[in-house]
Amino acid sequence: MSDATAIAATDPATGNARAPGDAVARADAYPHEHQFDNLAQQTDAARLGMWLFLATEVLFFGGLFGAYTAYRYVYYHAFAEASRELSVLFGTLDTAVLLTSSLTMALAVFTAQSTADSPAARRRSGRTIALLLLATAALGAGFLVLHGFEYYEDYQEHHFPGRTFFFPGAESGQVELFFIIYFCLTGLHSLHVLIGVVLLAVMAALSWKGRYYGGYHNPIEISGLYWHFVDMVWVFLFPLLYLIAPR
Amino acid sequence: MIDLRENYLSKHTIRSWLLTIDHKRIGLLYLFTILIFFLIAAVAAGLMRLELLTPQGDLLLPETYNKMFTIHGVLMVWFFLIPSIPTVLGNFVLPLVLGARDVAFPKLNLLSWYLFILGGSFALYGVFAGGVDTGWTFYTPLSTTYANGHVMTMAAGVFIAGFSSILTGLNFIVTTHKMRAPGLTWMRLPLFVWALYATSLIMVLATPVLAITLLLMTVERFWGVGIFNPALGGDPLLFQHLFWFYSHPAVYIMILPGMGVVSELITCFSRKKVFGYSFIAFSSMAIAVLGFVVWGHHMFSTGQSAYAGMVFSFLSFLVSVPSAIKVFNWTATLYKGEITFSTPMLYALGFIGLFTLGGLTGLFLATLAADIHLTDTYFVVAHFHYVMVGGMVLAFMGGLHYWWPKITGRLYPEKAGQLAAMITFVGFNLTFFPQFLLGYLGMPRRYHAYPEEFQIFNVLSTAGASILAVGYLLPVVYLLWSLKNGQRAGENPWAATGLEWTTPSPPPEHNFDQTPVVTRPPYDYAYQSTFHPREVEQTLENV
Ligand SMILES: [Cu+2]
Repeated sequence: MSDATAIAATDPATGNARAPGDAVARADAYPHEHQFDNLAQQTDAARLGMWLFLATEVLFFGGLFGAYTAYRYVYYHAFAEASRELSVLFGTLDTAVLLTSSLTMALAVFTAQSTADSPAARRRSGRTIALLLLATAALGAGFLVLHGFEYYEDYQEHHFPGRTFFFPGAESGQVELFFIIYFCLTGLHSLHVLIGVVLLAVMAALSWKGRYYGGYHNPIEISGLYWHFVDMVWVFLFPLLYLIAPR
Repeated sequence: MIDLRENYLSKHTIRSWLLTIDHKRIGLLYLFTILIFFLIAAVAAGLMRLELLTPQGDLLLPETYNKMFTIHGVLMVWFFLIPSIPTVLGNFVLPLVLGARDVAFPKLNLLSWYLFILGGSFALYGVFAGGVDTGWTFYTPLSTTYANGHVMTMAAGVFIAGFSSILTGLNFIVTTHKMRAPGLTWMRLPLFVWALYATSLIMVLATPVLAITLLLMTVERFWGVGIFNPALGGDPLLFQHLFWFYSHPAVYIMILPGMGVVSELITCFSRKKVFGYSFIAFSSMAIAVLGFVVWGHHMFSTGQSAYAGMVFSFLSFLVSVPSAIKVFNWTATLYKGEITFSTPMLYALGFIGLFTLGGLTGLFLATLAADIHLTDTYFVVAHFHYVMVGGMVLAFMGGLHYWWPKITGRLYPEKAGQLAAMITFVGFNLTFFPQFLLGYLGMPRRYHAYPEEFQIFNVLSTAGASILAVGYLLPVVYLLWSLKNGQRAGENPWAATGLEWTTPSPPPEHNFDQTPVVTRPPYDYAYQSTFHPREVEQTLENV
């Protein structure tokens, strides 16, 4: 554009005034990737990307929640019967463990955000962040172990769908439907927890030496978004699967 | 041949292509890949048309015929139409028109191509190891209980390709939000960007539902449980609801980007500001949103409740409004325009005509009573081919010709291009218009044999298909020819507006030497003509 230089422009990503052609002139504390103008733009892009990914995930689980809703509406009684077979004790423990892990995750993000940019402060909170992330990952792993026990129990009680499935009475097929959806939902959720545990372990290793601080903590924040999402899926799963029938 | 300067094509090693994170190169990787799928799917279609030349089933066995339309459908839908404009032209053009150096997540972009290749390999294995005969819709219980062949391989291919589509959509949305050049406000974006944005929303929000549907189908098939099997308490209609919750919006993945391309072409070759910019922009968004609530029109005759049918019928009529708005706006843009009938424009005009016919016949199908007569006949086949081929493929060809000089730095031979566009238009209509009549007369789709009174229309259709094939092959020949022998294009051979035309052709690796700044509204052709005199005419003369 020929008369471009006359007009002041605003950087759409940051809202900051941006002179034409200053693309590479900005000095950042951390090098950003070549396609971005500065770290702020990169941070914004990554955050939006994660939110969109979570939107995809909502629809991914949403398909299964849709199937659950349809069948629970049609087979109301059988679903209540089936739900009574699940262990509320396990479910409550699962929930407690996951909710606690969200607390440690939030603390890790908070610590990173409030760390000043001095070598000493960064080294000190690097350890704290790493430990908090490890605690989160450990709680996630604990959740998986608990769920493993639950699955084992389900299997022993012939609640695993397929050839070994058995449930007395005329509603056997419909109860099996509940368990198919139960295993699909919790199985997919556990897969997400597993991915989260690995992710958080890697983030802990990266944090240890003080990589993240107030001026650069986006990777932790984004991992946190993912973890809280996984947690929130469980907040829906717990009542819908374990608590739909009075005992 | 000495290149004037370093550009994104300067490196020649295979490694530099397979590990590239340059959006322009990834666009070309996609172009090459989807053309292979197009070729295989087109061969399957050709075999079907040959079989249908005579009423008797004499060329293909019934099972083979079923496999042919499944291969044609699966490959065309997921491995050609859905990726076509977004991954090829979108990948190439989007960062350029935004004045950006690349998409927001270049590595994710490459990953998405590899996922596409992986998914495509599964699908091709399914095709060549024995084929699938479920149709592209994978309806249960056919796909779970009865279907022989490689349903799971094919479904796995589609599942994986779905993630490729999600990543592309995610990348485009973030890129549009965060990578715009200074001064490029939302209402200054080229309409192609609006279309890609709306498409990407659908990709991100609808595709995961397809993934979960295919997953449930897999669970049913492997575990022998009855999620969709009525004998075991399941409901086959649930599969159809889930499938069409994705697949109707997917229809808009297959047309919205085409509409975006056409908006660019119509304005450029009318040399006029587009009529009703904001209406075209927001109608794309309206289509994306409304497209999510009309899926039930695929189940008018499968036992869905009458009330649901009425609601879905009404909503399906409603979703045609934003499409009609676009057609009116394009027509109004042409009015008193300084029109050049160059190749991209011919494709664009063809698009408007054929899309209008495809869209209007869609209203016949959205009408409950008419649909009962027309369901599963050739009328439906003709309707969606008018939209998918008459619409999307023509827009893809138009866009490919329009940006070809930018992509390769060379002009294609204009006369040959115009000829191909006209052959395609004639061949297309001869292929598919008779199918409207066949469907109206009651010929059902998906049969390899038919009563003799239908033969005349089938012969016309097959004849049209062979003309259409010429229309497709011709561009392959002269576009390849132009790579070496085409005239050098220069920065802006069409004297078009848009940031992509302010950088050399082919563009340098990082697109712009300086981040461009946008100071003018979009499609400002009146202003553009004052300082960038039109070269199109001369260009046309020279070839
Ligand atoms: Cu539809």
